[in-house]
Amino acid sequence: MNRNLAAGLSGLVFGIGLTVSQMVNPAKVLAFLDILGDWDPSLLFVMGGALLVTAGGYRLAWMRPAPLYAERFQVPTDTSIDRKLALGAVMFGAGWGLVGLCPGPVIAALTLGGPKIWVFLLAMLAGMVIHLKTPVGKWVEA
Amino acid sequence: MEHFTPWSALAGGELIGLATVLLMFANGRIAGISGILGGLLSRPDGDSAWRLWFIGGMLVAPLLVTLVSGSAPDFVMQADWWAVILGGLLVGVGTRLGSGCTSGHGVCGLSRLSLRSLAAVGIFMTTGMVTVTVLRLALGG
Repeated sequence: MNRNLAAGLSGLVFGIGLTVSQMVNPAKVLAFLDILGDWDPSLLFVMGGALLVTAGGYRLAWMRPAPLYAERFQVPTDTSIDRKLALGAVMFGAGWGLVGLCPGPVIAALTLGGPKIWVFLLAMLAGMVIHLKTPVGKWVEA
Repeated sequence: MEHFTPWSALAGGELIGLATVLLMFANGRIAGISGILGGLLSRPDGDSAWRLWFIGGMLVAPLLVTLVSGSAPDFVMQADWWAVILGGLLVGVGTRLGSGCTSGHGVCGLSRLSLRSLAAVGIFMTTGMVTVTVLRLALGG
């Protein structure tokens, strides 16, 4: 139960951060990506603020032998920079640029938008299922 | 809408960082939203509950902000329907193929000084910027 409450609190604070920083607004995100237009660098400050806190906070957390409510820290160990990573990032970036939504804001903004954001969520989940159920990852490697 | 908002951006970013640290400190997990969502689809075992709680917290957040501040956050989504569907599919496949998004690679990965994440962030930010620029030029904006 503690695990779930901690996750719920983390999601709540994460969502408040996305809301306060206006990253739940696709127009705001597109204004950051529109680097040759009327550029709005706000997203860099969101990243900067998040990185400052996380870089220090992660190190503090890892000074403990284990998390509070789990047996071990689960940190990615994959360091490969391969075709899957590159093609995945290209696809994600293209989708992000088309609409101005990435996975966090999609969830946080579900109650703010109309039918379009729900359709985006369904398409995104469909994309995740396509990756899960088809050998698309293997095709990229081949 | 105010255009450049450095202070609220910084404050919101720090909250995102706080939430990210909390999830590591309490549960030892990376706060990558595409990973949290993807795990719901791929692992319907005992590892789903905390993911649902996290998503529930995120859903409540803007409602709470609206309640406290007295006004709903701005939300402008101008993409055409074809772009909404294509964009959603690309974000879904791409974040799983590339193992992360703005939170997992951007916040968690970069703060661990992961070169893999740095490469991903560089690629998706560049592609996003190119996409927006091409789209604007094509639509004559």
